Formats: sequence, C-alpha cells, structure tokens
Amino acid sequence: MKAVCWYGANEVRVESVPDPKILNPRDAIIKVTSTAICGSDLHIYGGYIPTVQQGDIIGHEFMGEVVEVGQGIETLKVGDRVVVPSTIGCGRCHYCQHDMWSLCDNSNPKGWIEETLFGNVTSAIYGYSHMLGGYAGAQAEYVRVPFADVGVVKVPPDLSDEMLLFISDAIPTGYMGAEFCDIQPGDTVAVWGCGAVGQFAMISAYMMGAEKVIAIDRFPERLEMAKKYAKAEVINYEEVNAGEALKEMTGGRGPDACIDAVGLEAHGVGLEDFYDQTKQKLKLETDRPHVLREMMVACRKGGTLSIMGVYGGFVDKIPFGAAFNKGLTFRMGQMHGQKYMHLLLQLVLDGKLDPSFVVTHQLPLEQAPHGYKIFQQKQDKCVKVVLKP
Amino acid sequence: MTLTSGDKQAEASDVERWASLIGGGALVLMGLRQASLRGVLTALAGGGLIYQGATKRSTIQQAQEAIGLNKPIKVEKTVTINKSAEELYRYWHNFENLPTFMKHLKSVKVYNEKRESSGHATRTHWIANAPLGNSVEWDADILEDRENEFISWASVEGADVENSGFVRFRPAPGNRGTEVKVVLEYNPPGGTLTAIFAKLFGEEPEQQIGDELRRFKMLMEAGEIATTEGQPSGRK
Repeated sequence: MKAVCWYGANEVRVESVPDPKILNPRDAIIKVTSTAICGSDLHIYGGYIPTVQQGDIIGHEFMGEVVEVGQGIETLKVGDRVVVPSTIGCGRCHYCQHDMWSLCDNSNPKGWIEETLFGNVTSAIYGYSHMLGGYAGAQAEYVRVPFADVGVVKVPPDLSDEMLLFISDAIPTGYMGAEFCDIQPGDTVAVWGCGAVGQFAMISAYMMGAEKVIAIDRFPERLEMAKKYAKAEVINYEEVNAGEALKEMTGGRGPDACIDAVGLEAHGVGLEDFYDQTKQKLKLETDRPHVLREMMVACRKGGTLSIMGVYGGFVDKIPFGAAFNKGLTFRMGQMHGQKYMHLLLQLVLDGKLDPSFVVTHQLPLEQAPHGYKIFQQKQDKCVKVVLKP
Repeated sequence: MTLTSGDKQAEASDVERWASLIGGGALVLMGLRQASLRGVLTALAGGGLIYQGATKRSTIQQAQEAIGLNKPIKVEKTVTINKSAEELYRYWHNFENLPTFMKHLKSVKVYNEKRESSGHATRTHWIANAPLGNSVEWDADILEDRENEFISWASVEGADVENSGFVRFRPAPGNRGTEVKVVLEYNPPGGTLTAIFAKLFGEEPEQQIGDELRRFKMLMEAGEIATTEGQPSGRK
C-alpha cells in the first residue's frame, strides 16, 4: 500500500510499504477514505517530537471502512463506515473506565520510554512517535486499529467525509478544551490559535454558554474564518499587543478562561520570540511556550488555562509567579476521543454543527509532501488539508 | 567465616525490613544489600536455622564480592491491575502461564504438586532464552504459597542461574484493583561478570521486570498484550 512516511525534519515521502495485518484479537483493519494533516503533525514534520524514527508512517486523524476484523471483535463487520479517535484506549483499565481514554494504561507497548521520562505511561496515539506507542499512522491506504471494539464509532452513509472526519481528533480536542473552562454565564473565553482545533474550541465555547469568544492569531484568513464561522471577536497579535487588547475587550478584567490551541511551536514577537527560537534550535528547550506565558499574564484572577496545543518536553522562563499569585487553574492533556465522539456525531446529525468549513485543501495521498509544505508555511491560505488515499 | 558485629546488625535490620516488605509494609527495596532475598524467604517459610545456613559465604564468594563480581541483582516493581487478587493470583499460580507475559522465558513446567503428607514443596522447571540462541535451565521450589496473597520461590542447588523471588497481591484502595509487587534476585553464576549476566535477561533488569508486569497487566485487563511487531513502516 501507499503510506506517508517521515524521514527527517521537513521530509515526508509517500512510499510503498506492506499492508497492515491483524496482530491481536481486538484489532480491525480500516481502509482509509479520508485522513487529515493535523497541526500537531507539523510538530513531527518539523522534527520537534522526540522518538519519531525514519520510515515511521504518520497521521492520526482518519475515517474509513472496515475491511477485516480480529476474532475478538463482535461489534463491527466488514463494510462498516467508521471514524476512529486518534488516541488508543483499551476500554478496560481504570482510566478508560473513568472516561480518561488518553491516559489508558494498556495501549502503549513501549511504555518504559514514557515512564522513564514522564513518570507514567499514557495512551498510544497513531503515528505519533515511539514514546507514544510506535503505532503505524493513518496517512495510508490501510491502517490497523487496536481495541477496535471500543475504539471506533460507526457513522451513517449519507454524510460526506468532511462532515465526519474531524470527530476523530480536531473537534473533540476543541470541545474538551472548552469543557475544561467550566464556562459560566457572562464568561469571556480567549482562544490562541485559529487552526481547526481553535475554531472548534470557539464554537464549543459558545455552545457551552460563553458570552464572548476572542480569537488570537496572525493570519488574516484564519481570523476571518473565526469571525465568520465561530462568531469570534479577533485580535491579530502582529498588529496590536494581544495582552493589552484582551484587557481592553474585557473591561480591564482579562478573559475568564484562556485556551491554548497552538502548542510547542508558538510564535511570538520581538526579543522573547528570538530567545525561544534560538534556544529551541540549540536544543536547550524543546518547546516554545510563548502562548503559555501570554495566557498566564492575560487571564483574569482565579481564571482557567485550558491547554490543548501539544507540548512534548521542557519549557523555559514560565511566569509561574503570575499564575500562583493570580490563583489560576491549569487543565490540559490529550483529548479523550471516545468520551466525546457519540455526542459530537449527534450534533452533526442534528445539524447543530457543520465542521466542513475548516477544509481548505483536498489532495490525493500522493501529494502529501506538498500538503505538509503549504500547511507548515501557511501558503495558499491553508488551514486544513484532507488527504484522499 | 565470621561476621563482624556491624555486619550482623546490618543483616538483622535488613531481615526486619524484608519481613515488613513481604508482610505488606510499604518499604522499598533500595539499600537492602546485606541479607539475600533467598535467605529471608527461606527463613520466613521454614524457620531461622535454614536462613543461618543460607548466609554462610565461602572464601571464594567473599573474594568475588570484594572485587564486585558476585553482586546479586535485585529488582522490584509494583503495578496496580484493575482485577481482583483472586483472578490475578489464579493466573500467576499456574506457573506454566508465565511465559505468555515474561518474554525471556521459554517454558515453565510443574514437576510435582505439593503433597502435605510428604512435606515436599512444589518443584518447577524453568527454561529461559540466553544470548546466541542458547538457553539456561533451573529447578525452583515454591517456598511459600498463600492463596490470593503471596507466592515465593527459589532455585534449588545446581541451577544454571541461582535466583529467587516473590509476588505479592494486595487490594488497592477505593476499588482501584490489586497492587501486584514482584521482587527478584539473581545471583551471577561463579566467575561471570554481572554485566554479562544482566544482558541475559535484557539490557536493564529493572526495565525488564517493569515490562513484564506491564504485559501481565495488559493481558489481565485488556485480554491481549499491545504490540506493534509485524506492522508496516517505510524503513528499508
């Protein structure tokens, strides 16, 4: 089959590789009909995620059709149309049973790496480094899905892939980010990053009763999208000081909650950005925490920081005194896809959510290298690339 | 040999700490170097006299210890499994199941079950993979076996690899399942470097036992052991 493989910083190629096989009783094989390039795939593409190896198949946001099931699978049959959450959960450990699927104890076969670095093992993620399991990713014609009896949601045939695909990853990530904010009547929620996750976080925040959502980015087309589809007020941080603007837009209080939908490759402005870029290039810090710093200072006293952008290692110069003295609450983590997928599917089926607006590019799988390049460099107003194997 | 009084005291306090560990105390293994696990397990199972015998060291052993060749490797690891102690004990107690989650084991066979009348312990035969396609074998006796709680074992004389260990099952608080603790001790065969011996069981004994317990947990909870072996990649 054809698959998108990573070979080094800014180098992906579509290669011929063997087809996946059933390896365990609870496996299924899915023929991929649509798979997206996620913003967090750009961290791998750029070489920022440790323990990704040359030749790894990447990609984790996908849907398709069941073509084979293991002997332990009774809930699926060949031909079923399914969406698959990006985090892999066994469904039987303490964490899965408490709906914390991305903290699954049992899906990562290489748990000792993470246990050594982070103290505990978390769930595996398709195509997202050997530390997170080393599973072959989904930017391929076929993908093996472990624990398929709990790890997929069946979807009806009459909706397009673009209506359903993002239930795999981007929508539950944004939704969980908004849920973390514990939104109360009158609340203002500020969202850093207007990619797909940011857009869905904004829409979710309004669904949960936010009074006002403020979007922060530097690309006019993304801010335009946030205005048009998520009904957000917008701040272009290259034009104005985001912190000051937020104060002015919230009566001097600061936003009640701040969502980071950017993660470890944040761009800032001026000296601070130069400092982080340099340290990251010299491998003195793995992550650029510009958004974290800005959120800690911008957030109102007693507010909440909801961190959905991916961090992989160490951050430097965090204004922890601001966070402490202002009594901020931090909530973060990989999303628990299996917890939200049925709810989100229902919103789509009921016509309350149309996620297809984020798609700016549809490309055949063969053109994945081009897709990565334009997404990374934000060329051609790229927000979301969907690959068609 | 004669032990100095300092040595004796150190051993005595180690024995107390071992006993506490095995009996359910929260102590960790680190720093317990004087008394051998085998000696303590034997003592607790069969009385102090056997333990005295087990601590006698030959002149050769003492010489090896002096240059660091004969240091036993002790590892311990605890994992919480979302199953009852009964279920976990039952699976483990069928020793022939152990190779399903202990990768370095080829097989475990039970020779004879314990017979109360004869006083014989249950004896088992273990075959483990060694480097270059070789294997090592040994017999081990079950020293103590408390249903749903505790199993200890030690290799018998003439083993390729002298080893001993125990597994303890204890309910975790608040319906969190069962805390499973394993402690193992390997004694390097005479004259073999510890480092070479350690390689026999994988690069890091600590990581090895951690992986084995993780696989045991996967098998017990998820019904299968997560794997990526055999999946495609773009590596040539």
